[in-house]
Amino acid sequence: MLTKRIIPCLDIKNGRTVKGVNFVDLRDAGDPVELAKQYADYGADELVFLDISATLEGRGTTLEMVLHVAEQVNIPFTVGGGISSVEHVDALLQCGADKVSVNSSAVKRPELINELSNKFGSQCIVVAIDAKEVDGQWKVHLAGGSIPTDVDLFEWAKEVQDRGAGEILFTSMNHDGTKNGFANEALAKLSSELHIPIIASGGAGNVQHFIDTFTEGRSDAALAASVFHFGEIPIPDLKKELKANNIEVRL
Amino acid sequence: MSDFKDLSKNSSPSGTLDGASVVIINYGAGNIKSIQFAFKRLGVDAILSNNPEEILAADKIIFPGVGEASSAMKMLKESGLDKLIPELKQPVLGICLGMQLLCLSTEEGNTKGLGIFQSHVKRFSDDVKVPQMGWNVIKDLKSNLFKGIKENEYMYLVHSYYAEHCQETIAKTDYGINYASALQHENFYGVQFHPEKSGIEGQKVLKNFLAL
Repeated sequence: MLTKRIIPCLDIKNGRTVKGVNFVDLRDAGDPVELAKQYADYGADELVFLDISATLEGRGTTLEMVLHVAEQVNIPFTVGGGISSVEHVDALLQCGADKVSVNSSAVKRPELINELSNKFGSQCIVVAIDAKEVDGQWKVHLAGGSIPTDVDLFEWAKEVQDRGAGEILFTSMNHDGTKNGFANEALAKLSSELHIPIIASGGAGNVQHFIDTFTEGRSDAALAASVFHFGEIPIPDLKKELKANNIEVRL
Repeated sequence: MSDFKDLSKNSSPSGTLDGASVVIINYGAGNIKSIQFAFKRLGVDAILSNNPEEILAADKIIFPGVGEASSAMKMLKESGLDKLIPELKQPVLGICLGMQLLCLSTEEGNTKGLGIFQSHVKRFSDDVKVPQMGWNVIKDLKSNLFKGIKENEYMYLVHSYYAEHCQETIAKTDYGINYASALQHENFYGVQFHPEKSGIEGQKVLKNFLAL
């Protein structure tokens, strides 16, 4: 049986790992290659690197980092953050990234998803969606959650699937950084309306939250950062607990 | 010509494990860097090449592939590799789309395959999420390729199309349907999963391939 995936997310700035709490207040959480290797050894199923470098130099450094990760890590990894062109994706894949994740640039120019999936295949195109629930309406936000749009989460999710996305990484801004659990209602709705895998992101605080997102939220994978980076939830313990709760995981 | 020079520079001094040279067929389809790095972790400098002479001279050949089947087949035809590959006598390992292209046909882009494996490749039904993405188990393992790999070991898979069983099935996986996650015909091997991305166990499969 296909297992549920546990995905640590490493925010990268100028080649270093940082983690934003509610998308601000960055803390240094170490060297990305070392962290990646450690996570692979501890049983992480995949890794996501989000590049939050603001400068071209910073992005260049990230490309080098991708090459080093691909050299040393034997599990799949996704790279996202500021990706808006076929050329950029090509460079990342050439350096050994398995998948790329696009976000704001796809909202601004949805054809990008078609271009990328046609050229590189759906399997390596993840569309990340940041959304916030206001008055019962889930609205997509851009630029790391700082710019609201009128785009409805569920309509956008359907569109990105139809345009060829292989997977959706959904971050609830209402939950992100709170450690109060994932947005399971919205996640379950996404899973029932779409036929591509859904990664839950935002809100992981304890083991029960992961159990809930795989059962109530029907998520295919769960992504988290600080609970993993700061050792609050060791991945081997998490997976044993999931298994004990009859959730299929790779042990 | 400059390509060839670069490649030959890469190819010496090694490409070896127990003296065997490894060529990864480079025809423009997919993430070959990961495969090259996986061999590097095993201490082997695998060479990327689309040069027929280099491919023919290799002891072991990897036939990779990620992406869409009909465009991959088009690239194979343009380079004449569609004729070369079926003639190879040394161990060949098709990975993911590489394995699927070695089958009789695939529904993806209604593509005729190279016909090594007597299997047809079909799309997963809509009863399951497509693509299948993540770790699933391989079982009923039948080949030296899986020496030291236990039944129901997890491997990493990403695919929307699957190979139907045939007498050449050497591993099985369940995803809505029970399908062939590995095939073997004489010197041709194919795996649907990505050994280069399947942790230590995947690495063992590549090591076994080198020892064939």
